[in-house]
Amino acid sequence: MMLKVKDVSVSLGGTEILEKISFEVKKGEYVGIVGENGSGKSTLIKTILKQCPLKSGEVRFYDSLIKIGYLPQQNRDKNFPASNFEIVLSGCINGIKNKPFFTKADKEKAISNMERLGIEGLKNKSFDFLSGGEKQRVLLARAMCASEDMLILDEPVTGLDPIVTESMYEAIKKLNEEKHVTVLMVSHDIPAAAKYCTKILHIGKTVRFFGTSKEYLESEIGIHFTGRCCEHV
Amino acid sequence: MYDFLNLFSYSFVMRAFVVGILVSLCASLLGVTLVLKKYSMIGDGLTHVGFGAMTVALSLNFAPLFIAVPVMFVCAFLLLKLRENSKINSDAAIALISSSSIAIGVISASLTGGMNVDVYGYMFGSILALTKADVVLCLVLSLIILGIYLFLYNKIFAVTFDEPFASASGINTKKFNTMFSILTAFTVIIGMRIMGTMLISGLIIFPAISAMGLFASYKKVTIAAVIISLVSFVTGMIASCIFSYIPVGAGVVVTNLIILIITRIFKYVFLKS
Repeated sequence: MMLKVKDVSVSLGGTEILEKISFEVKKGEYVGIVGENGSGKSTLIKTILKQCPLKSGEVRFYDSLIKIGYLPQQNRDKNFPASNFEIVLSGCINGIKNKPFFTKADKEKAISNMERLGIEGLKNKSFDFLSGGEKQRVLLARAMCASEDMLILDEPVTGLDPIVTESMYEAIKKLNEEKHVTVLMVSHDIPAAAKYCTKILHIGKTVRFFGTSKEYLESEIGIHFTGRCCEHV
Repeated sequence: MYDFLNLFSYSFVMRAFVVGILVSLCASLLGVTLVLKKYSMIGDGLTHVGFGAMTVALSLNFAPLFIAVPVMFVCAFLLLKLRENSKINSDAAIALISSSSIAIGVISASLTGGMNVDVYGYMFGSILALTKADVVLCLVLSLIILGIYLFLYNKIFAVTFDEPFASASGINTKKFNTMFSILTAFTVIIGMRIMGTMLISGLIIFPAISAMGLFASYKKVTIAAVIISLVSFVTGMIASCIFSYIPVGAGVVVTNLIILIITRIFKYVFLKS
Protein backbone atom coordinates (compact mmCIF):
# COMPACT_ATOMS: atom_id res chain seq x y z
CA MET A 1 0.00 0.00 0.00
CA MET A 2 1.42 3.37 -0.94
CA LEU A 3 -1.26 5.98 -0.45
CA LYS A 4 -4.50 6.10 1.44
CA VAL A 5 -6.98 8.92 1.01
CA LYS A 6 -9.80 8.75 3.53
CA ASP A 7 -12.93 10.91 3.65
CA VAL A 8 -11.11 13.92 2.27
CA SER A 9 -13.21 17.05 1.97
CA VAL A 10 -11.85 20.29 0.56
CA SER A 11 -13.48 23.66 0.58
CA LEU A 12 -12.17 26.72 -1.31
CA GLY A 13 -13.60 30.17 -0.90
CA GLY A 14 -16.67 28.82 0.80
CA THR A 15 -17.46 26.30 -1.94
CA GLU A 16 -17.22 22.56 -1.35
CA ILE A 17 -14.93 21.28 -4.09
CA LEU A 18 -14.43 17.74 -2.81
CA GLU A 19 -16.66 15.77 -0.50
CA LYS A 20 -15.58 12.65 1.39
CA ILE A 21 -13.16 11.29 -1.18
CA SER A 22 -11.76 7.87 -0.26
CA PHE A 23 -9.49 5.59 -2.26
CA GLU A 24 -6.25 3.64 -1.98
CA VAL A 25 -3.26 3.25 -4.24
CA LYS A 26 -1.08 0.15 -4.15
CA LYS A 27 2.48 -0.08 -5.38
CA GLY A 28 2.79 -0.45 -9.11
CA GLU A 29 -0.75 0.68 -9.90
CA TYR A 30 -1.50 3.20 -12.63
CA VAL A 31 -4.51 5.17 -11.46
CA GLY A 32 -6.34 7.49 -13.81
CA ILE A 33 -8.21 10.32 -12.08
CA VAL A 34 -11.01 11.44 -14.37
CA GLY A 35 -14.08 13.59 -14.23
CA GLU A 36 -15.72 16.53 -15.91
CA ASN A 37 -14.34 20.08 -15.84
CA GLY A 38 -14.59 21.48 -12.35
CA SER A 39 -14.97 18.05 -10.76
CA GLY A 40 -12.03 18.72 -8.45
CA LYS A 41 -9.35 16.54 -10.06
CA SER A 42 -6.50 19.06 -9.80
CA THR A 43 -7.68 20.13 -6.35
CA LEU A 44 -7.46 16.50 -5.23
CA ILE A 45 -3.89 16.26 -6.51
CA LYS A 46 -2.91 19.51 -4.80
CA THR A 47 -4.50 18.29 -1.57
CA ILE A 48 -2.56 15.02 -1.76
CA LEU A 49 0.62 17.07 -2.27
CA LYS A 50 -0.29 19.32 0.69
CA GLN A 51 -0.50 22.36 -1.58
CA CYS A 52 -4.17 22.79 -0.77
CA PRO A 53 -5.61 22.71 2.75
CA LEU A 54 -7.83 19.83 3.88
CA LYS A 55 -11.16 20.65 5.42
CA SER A 56 -11.47 17.17 6.88
CA GLY A 57 -10.21 13.66 6.27
CA GLU A 58 -6.77 12.17 5.91
CA VAL A 59 -4.11 11.76 3.26
CA ARG A 60 -1.58 9.17 4.28
CA PHE A 61 1.55 8.01 2.50
CA TYR A 62 2.67 4.73 4.02
CA ASP A 63 6.30 5.62 3.45
CA SER A 64 6.60 9.01 5.11
CA LEU A 65 9.88 9.63 3.31
CA ILE A 66 8.44 8.86 -0.10
CA LYS A 67 9.67 10.99 -2.95
CA ILE A 68 7.16 12.11 -5.52
CA GLY A 69 7.77 13.12 -9.11
CA TYR A 70 5.18 15.78 -9.93
CA LEU A 71 4.25 17.08 -13.34
CA PRO A 72 2.00 20.10 -12.62
CA GLN A 73 -0.64 21.40 -14.97
CA GLN A 74 1.07 23.76 -17.38
CA ASN A 75 -0.06 27.32 -17.81
CA ARG A 76 3.29 28.99 -17.78
CA ASP A 77 4.41 32.26 -19.21
CA LYS A 78 6.86 32.12 -22.02
CA ASN A 79 10.19 33.83 -21.55
CA PHE A 80 11.84 31.91 -18.75
CA PRO A 81 15.50 31.41 -19.58
CA ALA A 82 16.37 27.81 -18.80
CA SER A 83 18.03 25.05 -20.74
CA ASN A 84 16.28 21.69 -20.85
CA PHE A 85 19.13 20.00 -19.03
CA GLU A 86 18.89 22.53 -16.18
CA ILE A 87 15.18 21.79 -15.89
CA VAL A 88 15.48 18.00 -15.94
CA LEU A 89 18.43 18.11 -13.54
CA SER A 90 16.37 20.23 -11.15
CA GLY A 91 14.25 17.12 -10.62
CA CYS A 92 17.14 15.69 -8.59
CA ILE A 93 16.45 18.41 -6.03
CA ASN A 94 14.08 15.94 -4.41
CA GLY A 95 15.91 14.62 -1.44
CA ILE A 96 19.06 16.64 -2.05
CA LYS A 97 18.84 17.73 1.59
CA ASN A 98 21.66 20.15 2.35
CA LYS A 99 24.06 19.39 -0.44
CA PRO A 100 24.59 22.57 -2.46
CA PHE A 101 25.59 20.90 -5.71
CA PHE A 102 24.29 18.10 -7.88
CA THR A 103 26.54 15.06 -8.05
CA LYS A 104 27.85 13.31 -11.13
CA ALA A 105 25.30 10.57 -10.46
CA ASP A 106 22.49 13.15 -10.50
CA LYS A 107 23.68 14.47 -13.86
CA GLU A 108 23.94 10.98 -15.27
CA LYS A 109 20.42 10.23 -14.07
CA ALA A 110 19.12 13.35 -15.80
CA ILE A 111 20.79 12.38 -19.09
CA SER A 112 19.57 8.81 -18.85
CA ASN A 113 15.97 9.93 -18.28
CA MET A 114 16.20 12.30 -21.23
CA GLU A 115 17.53 9.43 -23.37
CA ARG A 116 14.68 7.21 -22.24
CA LEU A 117 12.22 9.79 -23.54
CA GLY A 118 14.19 10.51 -26.69
CA ILE A 119 15.00 14.12 -25.85
CA GLU A 120 18.73 13.99 -25.05
CA GLY A 121 19.40 15.98 -28.23
CA LEU A 122 17.52 18.93 -26.75
CA LYS A 123 19.83 19.09 -23.76
CA ASN A 124 21.27 22.55 -24.30
CA LYS A 125 18.33 24.10 -26.08
CA SER A 126 16.05 26.59 -24.42
CA PHE A 127 12.82 25.27 -22.94
CA ASP A 128 10.79 28.13 -24.39
CA PHE A 129 11.59 27.16 -27.95
CA LEU A 130 10.32 23.59 -27.72
CA SER A 131 7.06 22.26 -29.08
CA GLY A 132 4.29 21.33 -26.64
CA GLY A 133 5.09 17.63 -26.82
CA GLU A 134 8.81 18.19 -26.28
CA LYS A 135 8.11 20.43 -23.30
CA GLN A 136 5.92 17.81 -21.66
CA ARG A 137 8.61 15.19 -22.17
CA VAL A 138 11.20 17.47 -20.53
CA LEU A 139 8.87 17.91 -17.57
CA LEU A 140 8.21 14.18 -17.44
CA ALA A 141 11.97 13.54 -17.42
CA ARG A 142 12.21 16.01 -14.56
CA ALA A 143 9.51 14.13 -12.65
CA MET A 144 11.37 10.87 -13.30
CA CYS A 145 14.51 12.37 -11.76
CA ALA A 146 12.49 13.41 -8.75
CA SER A 147 11.24 9.94 -8.02
CA GLU A 148 11.51 6.36 -9.15
CA ASP A 149 8.67 5.32 -6.84
CA MET A 150 5.70 7.50 -7.64
CA LEU A 151 4.70 9.93 -10.35
CA ILE A 152 1.79 12.34 -10.06
CA LEU A 153 0.88 13.78 -13.46
CA ASP A 154 -1.72 16.51 -13.83
CA GLU A 155 -3.12 16.58 -17.38
CA PRO A 156 0.18 15.60 -19.03
CA VAL A 157 -1.21 15.60 -22.58
CA THR A 158 -3.42 18.68 -22.66
CA GLY A 159 -2.93 20.65 -25.85
CA LEU A 160 -0.89 17.97 -27.58
CA ASP A 161 -1.73 16.52 -30.98
CA PRO A 162 -2.99 12.90 -31.17
CA ILE A 163 0.31 11.33 -32.25
CA VAL A 164 2.33 13.10 -29.58
CA THR A 165 -0.40 12.34 -27.05
CA GLU A 166 -0.18 8.64 -27.79
CA SER A 167 3.60 8.58 -27.54
CA MET A 168 3.41 10.35 -24.19
CA TYR A 169 0.86 7.83 -22.87
CA GLU A 170 3.01 4.97 -24.16
CA ALA A 171 6.08 6.39 -22.40
CA ILE A 172 4.20 6.64 -19.10
CA LYS A 173 2.77 3.14 -19.51
CA LYS A 174 6.27 1.82 -20.15
CA LEU A 175 7.53 3.40 -16.93
CA ASN A 176 4.70 1.79 -15.03
CA GLU A 177 5.17 -1.66 -16.53
CA GLU A 178 8.95 -1.90 -16.84
CA LYS A 179 10.12 0.13 -13.88
CA HIS A 180 7.09 -0.52 -11.64
CA VAL A 181 6.60 3.18 -11.02
CA THR A 182 3.27 3.90 -9.34
CA VAL A 183 1.43 6.53 -11.36
CA LEU A 184 -1.44 8.85 -10.49
CA MET A 185 -2.60 10.65 -13.60
CA VAL A 186 -5.28 13.29 -13.95
CA SER A 187 -6.79 13.29 -17.40
CA HIS A 188 -9.76 14.87 -19.08
CA ASP A 189 -9.44 12.22 -21.80
CA ILE A 190 -11.54 9.50 -20.22
CA PRO A 191 -11.34 6.86 -22.98
CA ALA A 192 -7.52 7.14 -23.08
CA ALA A 193 -7.32 6.88 -19.30
CA ALA A 194 -9.50 3.77 -19.40
CA LYS A 195 -7.23 2.32 -22.08
CA TYR A 196 -3.88 2.90 -20.36
CA CYS A 197 -4.59 2.92 -16.63
CA THR A 198 -5.00 -0.12 -14.44
CA LYS A 199 -7.49 1.63 -12.18
CA ILE A 200 -9.92 4.50 -12.61
CA LEU A 201 -11.03 7.02 -10.01
CA HIS A 202 -13.93 9.01 -11.45
CA ILE A 203 -14.81 12.00 -9.31
CA GLY A 204 -17.46 14.67 -9.52
CA LYS A 205 -17.06 16.31 -6.15
CA THR A 206 -17.61 12.86 -4.62
CA VAL A 207 -16.27 9.50 -5.73
CA ARG A 208 -18.45 8.37 -8.62
CA PHE A 209 -16.38 5.26 -9.33
CA PHE A 210 -13.22 3.58 -8.07
CA GLY A 211 -12.09 0.24 -9.42
CA THR A 212 -10.19 -1.43 -12.21
CA SER A 213 -10.46 0.05 -15.69
CA LYS A 214 -12.12 -3.14 -16.88
CA GLU A 215 -14.83 -2.72 -14.24
CA TYR A 216 -15.11 0.96 -15.20
CA LEU A 217 -15.75 0.19 -18.83
CA GLU A 218 -18.52 -2.22 -17.83
CA SER A 219 -20.07 0.19 -15.33
CA GLU A 220 -22.91 2.53 -16.08
CA ILE A 221 -20.78 5.63 -15.62
CA GLY A 222 -17.94 4.16 -17.66
CA ILE A 223 -20.20 3.34 -20.57
CA HIS A 224 -21.75 6.77 -20.37
CA PHE A 225 -18.41 8.59 -20.54
CA THR A 226 -16.55 6.36 -22.96
CA GLY A 227 -19.53 5.57 -25.10
CA ARG A 228 -18.51 1.97 -25.49
CA CYS A 229 -17.90 -1.28 -23.73
CA CYS A 230 -14.50 -2.82 -22.91
CA GLU A 231 -14.47 -5.14 -25.90
CA HIS A 232 -13.85 -2.22 -28.24
CA VAL A 233 -10.75 -0.96 -26.42
CA MET B 1 43.61 61.28 -15.83
CA TYR B 2 45.92 62.01 -12.93
CA ASP B 3 43.17 64.05 -11.35
CA PHE B 4 40.77 61.23 -11.82
CA LEU B 5 43.03 58.65 -10.20
CA ASN B 6 43.54 61.13 -7.41
CA LEU B 7 39.89 60.73 -6.61
CA PHE B 8 40.60 57.31 -5.20
CA SER B 9 42.74 58.82 -2.53
CA TYR B 10 39.56 60.15 -1.02
CA SER B 11 38.25 57.57 1.40
CA PHE B 12 34.62 58.40 0.69
CA VAL B 13 35.12 57.60 -2.98
CA MET B 14 36.72 54.26 -2.10
CA ARG B 15 33.84 53.50 0.25
CA ALA B 16 31.35 54.36 -2.45
CA PHE B 17 33.04 52.04 -4.93
CA VAL B 18 33.21 49.15 -2.46
CA VAL B 19 29.62 49.52 -1.32
CA GLY B 20 28.39 50.08 -4.86
CA ILE B 21 30.12 47.02 -6.25
CA LEU B 22 28.81 44.82 -3.48
CA VAL B 23 25.29 46.22 -3.81
CA SER B 24 25.40 45.72 -7.59
CA LEU B 25 26.40 42.10 -7.04
CA CYS B 26 23.57 41.41 -4.61
CA ALA B 27 20.98 43.38 -6.54
CA SER B 28 21.71 41.61 -9.82
CA LEU B 29 21.53 38.14 -8.25
CA LEU B 30 18.25 38.94 -6.59
CA GLY B 31 17.02 40.73 -9.68
CA VAL B 32 17.04 37.60 -11.83
CA THR B 33 14.83 35.80 -9.32
CA LEU B 34 12.55 38.76 -8.65
CA VAL B 35 11.98 39.51 -12.33
CA LEU B 36 11.23 35.88 -13.19
CA LYS B 37 8.91 35.44 -10.23
CA LYS B 38 7.24 38.72 -11.12
CA TYR B 39 8.14 40.20 -7.76
CA SER B 40 9.79 43.33 -9.20
CA MET B 41 7.02 45.45 -7.72
CA ILE B 42 8.04 44.30 -4.25
CA GLY B 43 11.50 45.81 -4.68
CA ASP B 44 10.01 48.97 -6.09
CA GLY B 45 7.47 49.27 -3.27
CA LEU B 46 10.16 48.73 -0.65
CA THR B 47 12.30 51.57 -1.96
CA HIS B 48 9.45 54.06 -1.84
CA VAL B 49 8.37 53.00 1.61
CA GLY B 50 12.01 53.36 2.63
CA PHE B 51 12.05 56.94 1.41
CA GLY B 52 8.85 57.76 3.28
CA ALA B 53 10.11 56.17 6.49
CA MET B 54 13.50 57.87 6.37
CA THR B 55 12.08 61.30 5.62
CA VAL B 56 9.50 61.05 8.39
CA ALA B 57 12.25 59.91 10.76
CA LEU B 58 14.39 62.86 9.72
CA SER B 59 11.51 65.26 10.35
CA LEU B 60 10.98 63.81 13.81
CA ASN B 61 14.70 64.00 14.51
CA PHE B 62 15.20 60.27 14.75
CA ALA B 63 18.06 58.44 13.08
CA PRO B 64 16.58 57.64 9.67
CA LEU B 65 17.69 54.02 9.40
CA PHE B 66 16.50 53.31 12.92
CA ILE B 67 12.94 53.86 11.75
CA ALA B 68 13.32 52.82 8.13
CA VAL B 69 14.83 49.37 8.69
CA PRO B 70 12.05 47.88 10.84
CA VAL B 71 9.38 49.56 8.71
CA MET B 72 10.91 48.07 5.58
CA PHE B 73 11.15 44.60 7.07
CA VAL B 74 7.47 44.69 8.00
CA CYS B 75 6.74 46.01 4.53
CA ALA B 76 8.71 43.18 2.92
CA PHE B 77 6.31 40.68 4.49
CA LEU B 78 3.26 42.77 3.68
CA LEU B 79 4.16 43.30 0.02
CA LEU B 80 4.91 39.59 -0.40
CA LYS B 81 1.52 38.70 1.08
CA LEU B 82 -0.15 41.19 -1.26
CA ARG B 83 1.66 39.73 -4.27
CA GLU B 84 0.69 36.18 -3.31
CA ASN B 85 -2.96 36.97 -2.78
CA SER B 86 -4.63 36.27 -6.08
CA LYS B 87 -7.90 37.89 -5.02
CA ILE B 88 -6.64 41.45 -5.01
CA ASN B 89 -4.95 43.53 -7.65
CA SER B 90 -1.54 43.52 -6.03
CA ASP B 91 0.14 45.70 -8.67
CA ALA B 92 -2.34 48.46 -7.92
CA ALA B 93 -2.11 47.94 -4.16
CA ILE B 94 1.67 48.14 -4.20
CA ALA B 95 1.55 51.25 -6.41
CA LEU B 96 -0.84 52.88 -3.94
CA ILE B 97 1.46 52.07 -1.03
CA SER B 98 4.47 53.42 -2.96
CA SER B 99 2.94 56.73 -3.95
CA SER B 100 1.40 57.25 -0.50
CA SER B 101 4.79 56.67 1.15
CA ILE B 102 6.48 59.22 -1.09
CA ALA B 103 3.72 61.75 -0.59
CA ILE B 104 3.83 61.39 3.19
CA GLY B 105 7.60 61.67 3.13
CA VAL B 106 7.61 64.79 0.98
CA ILE B 107 4.94 66.49 3.10
CA SER B 108 6.73 65.71 6.35
CA ALA B 109 9.99 67.03 4.88
CA SER B 110 8.28 70.20 3.66
CA LEU B 111 6.72 70.78 7.07
CA THR B 112 10.00 70.60 8.93
CA GLY B 113 12.61 72.22 6.78
CA GLY B 114 11.83 71.85 3.16
CA MET B 115 13.28 69.62 0.46
CA ASN B 116 16.86 69.97 1.59
CA VAL B 117 20.11 68.25 0.83
CA ASP B 118 19.37 65.30 3.12
CA VAL B 119 16.06 64.54 1.45
CA TYR B 120 17.63 64.98 -1.97
CA GLY B 121 20.29 62.49 -0.88
CA TYR B 122 17.65 59.93 0.09
CA MET B 123 15.90 60.28 -3.21
CA PHE B 124 18.89 60.22 -5.51
CA GLY B 125 21.72 58.83 -3.43
CA SER B 126 24.79 60.44 -1.96
CA ILE B 127 28.24 58.99 -2.02
CA LEU B 128 29.23 61.43 0.70
CA ALA B 129 26.78 59.79 3.06
CA LEU B 130 28.63 56.51 3.51
CA THR B 131 30.53 55.84 6.71
CA LYS B 132 33.01 53.09 7.55
CA ALA B 133 30.24 51.36 9.43
CA ASP B 134 28.17 51.34 6.24
CA VAL B 135 30.98 49.55 4.44
CA VAL B 136 31.25 46.91 7.13
CA LEU B 137 27.48 46.41 7.21
CA CYS B 138 27.44 46.18 3.44
CA LEU B 139 30.26 43.64 3.44
CA VAL B 140 28.50 41.45 5.97
CA LEU B 141 25.14 41.55 4.20
CA SER B 142 26.73 40.96 0.80
CA LEU B 143 28.56 37.91 2.09
CA ILE B 144 25.29 36.58 3.48
CA ILE B 145 23.46 37.08 0.19
CA LEU B 146 26.31 35.67 -1.87
CA GLY B 147 26.61 32.70 0.48
CA ILE B 148 22.90 31.97 0.27
CA TYR B 149 22.92 32.18 -3.52
CA LEU B 150 25.87 29.85 -3.87
CA PHE B 151 24.67 27.34 -1.31
CA LEU B 152 21.03 27.31 -2.34
CA TYR B 153 21.41 27.99 -6.06
CA ASN B 154 19.76 24.78 -7.21
CA LYS B 155 16.80 25.18 -4.87
CA ILE B 156 16.43 28.83 -5.86
CA PHE B 157 16.28 27.75 -9.50
CA ALA B 158 13.63 25.11 -8.73
CA VAL B 159 11.46 27.57 -6.78
CA THR B 160 11.83 30.29 -9.42
CA PHE B 161 11.09 28.03 -12.38
CA ASP B 162 8.23 25.98 -10.99
CA GLU B 163 6.93 26.57 -7.48
CA PRO B 164 4.37 23.70 -7.36
CA PHE B 165 7.04 21.23 -8.47
CA ALA B 166 9.56 22.57 -5.94
CA SER B 167 6.95 22.32 -3.21
CA ALA B 168 6.14 18.71 -4.14
CA SER B 169 9.87 17.96 -3.99
CA GLY B 170 10.05 18.89 -0.35
CA ILE B 171 11.16 22.52 -0.61
CA ASN B 172 9.41 24.96 1.71
CA THR B 173 8.51 27.49 -0.96
CA LYS B 174 6.84 29.87 1.50
CA LYS B 175 10.12 30.18 3.38
CA PHE B 176 12.00 30.78 0.16
CA ASN B 177 9.65 33.53 -0.94
CA THR B 178 9.93 35.17 2.48
CA MET B 179 13.70 34.90 2.20
CA PHE B 180 13.72 36.61 -1.21
CA SER B 181 11.61 39.39 0.22
CA ILE B 182 13.88 39.92 3.20
CA LEU B 183 17.06 39.79 1.11
CA THR B 184 15.51 42.40 -1.18
CA ALA B 185 14.83 44.56 1.85
CA PHE B 186 18.51 44.17 2.92
CA THR B 187 19.74 45.08 -0.56
CA VAL B 188 17.45 48.05 -0.85
CA ILE B 189 18.45 49.34 2.59
CA ILE B 190 22.14 49.31 1.73
CA GLY B 191 21.65 50.31 -1.89
CA MET B 192 19.43 53.30 -1.33
CA ARG B 193 22.19 55.17 0.47
CA ILE B 194 24.27 55.27 -2.65
CA MET B 195 21.71 54.97 -5.43
CA GLY B 196 18.78 56.73 -3.86
CA THR B 197 15.32 55.33 -3.33
CA MET B 198 14.09 56.49 -6.70
CA LEU B 199 16.69 54.55 -8.61
CA ILE B 200 17.73 51.44 -6.65
CA SER B 201 15.02 49.45 -8.44
CA GLY B 202 16.87 50.04 -11.68
CA LEU B 203 19.93 48.32 -10.26
CA ILE B 204 17.84 45.28 -9.42
CA ILE B 205 15.84 44.97 -12.61
CA PHE B 206 17.94 46.22 -15.53
CA PRO B 207 20.79 43.67 -15.42
CA ALA B 208 18.35 40.74 -15.33
CA ILE B 209 16.38 42.05 -18.29
CA SER B 210 19.52 42.72 -20.34
CA ALA B 211 20.93 39.28 -19.54
CA MET B 212 17.66 37.53 -20.39
CA GLY B 213 17.78 39.07 -23.82
CA LEU B 214 21.16 37.47 -24.49
CA PHE B 215 21.07 34.00 -22.97
CA ALA B 216 18.65 31.14 -22.62
CA SER B 217 20.13 29.23 -19.71
CA TYR B 218 19.47 30.26 -16.12
CA LYS B 219 23.11 29.93 -15.14
CA LYS B 220 24.32 32.06 -18.04
CA VAL B 221 21.65 34.66 -17.39
CA THR B 222 22.64 34.89 -13.71
CA ILE B 223 26.34 35.27 -14.48
CA ALA B 224 25.65 37.78 -17.27
CA ALA B 225 23.39 39.83 -14.99
CA VAL B 226 26.14 40.09 -12.39
CA ILE B 227 28.74 41.16 -14.97
CA ILE B 228 26.40 43.71 -16.55
CA SER B 229 25.53 45.09 -13.13
CA LEU B 230 29.17 45.48 -12.08
CA VAL B 231 30.17 47.09 -15.38
CA SER B 232 27.19 49.47 -15.18
CA PHE B 233 27.97 50.49 -11.66
CA VAL B 234 31.67 51.12 -12.22
CA THR B 235 30.99 53.04 -15.46
CA GLY B 236 28.18 55.07 -13.91
CA MET B 237 30.26 55.84 -10.86
CA ILE B 238 33.24 56.94 -12.93
CA ALA B 239 30.97 59.12 -15.07
CA SER B 240 29.61 60.63 -11.89
CA CYS B 241 33.12 61.37 -10.65
CA ILE B 242 34.24 62.92 -13.92
CA PHE B 243 31.05 64.85 -14.55
CA SER B 244 30.16 65.97 -11.08
CA TYR B 245 26.70 67.14 -12.10
CA ILE B 246 25.61 63.54 -12.66
CA PRO B 247 24.33 61.92 -9.44
CA VAL B 248 25.65 58.38 -9.01
CA GLY B 249 22.24 56.70 -9.09
CA ALA B 250 21.25 58.39 -12.32
CA GLY B 251 24.60 57.64 -13.95
CA VAL B 252 24.36 53.95 -13.11
CA VAL B 253 20.78 53.63 -14.33
CA VAL B 254 21.50 55.40 -17.62
CA THR B 255 24.52 53.13 -18.17
CA ASN B 256 22.24 50.16 -17.53
CA LEU B 257 19.79 51.56 -20.05
CA ILE B 258 22.50 51.99 -22.68
CA ILE B 259 23.67 48.41 -22.09
CA LEU B 260 20.09 47.15 -22.41
CA ILE B 261 19.68 48.94 -25.72
CA ILE B 262 23.01 47.61 -26.98
CA THR B 263 22.12 44.03 -25.96
CA ARG B 264 18.77 44.26 -27.73
CA ILE B 265 20.39 45.61 -30.91
CA PHE B 266 23.03 42.89 -30.71
CA LYS B 267 20.36 40.24 -30.28
CA TYR B 268 18.31 41.55 -33.17
CA VAL B 269 21.22 41.93 -35.56
CA PHE B 270 23.38 38.92 -34.72
CA LEU B 271 21.28 36.33 -32.95
CA LYS B 272 18.19 36.52 -35.10
CA SER B 273 20.21 35.75 -38.20
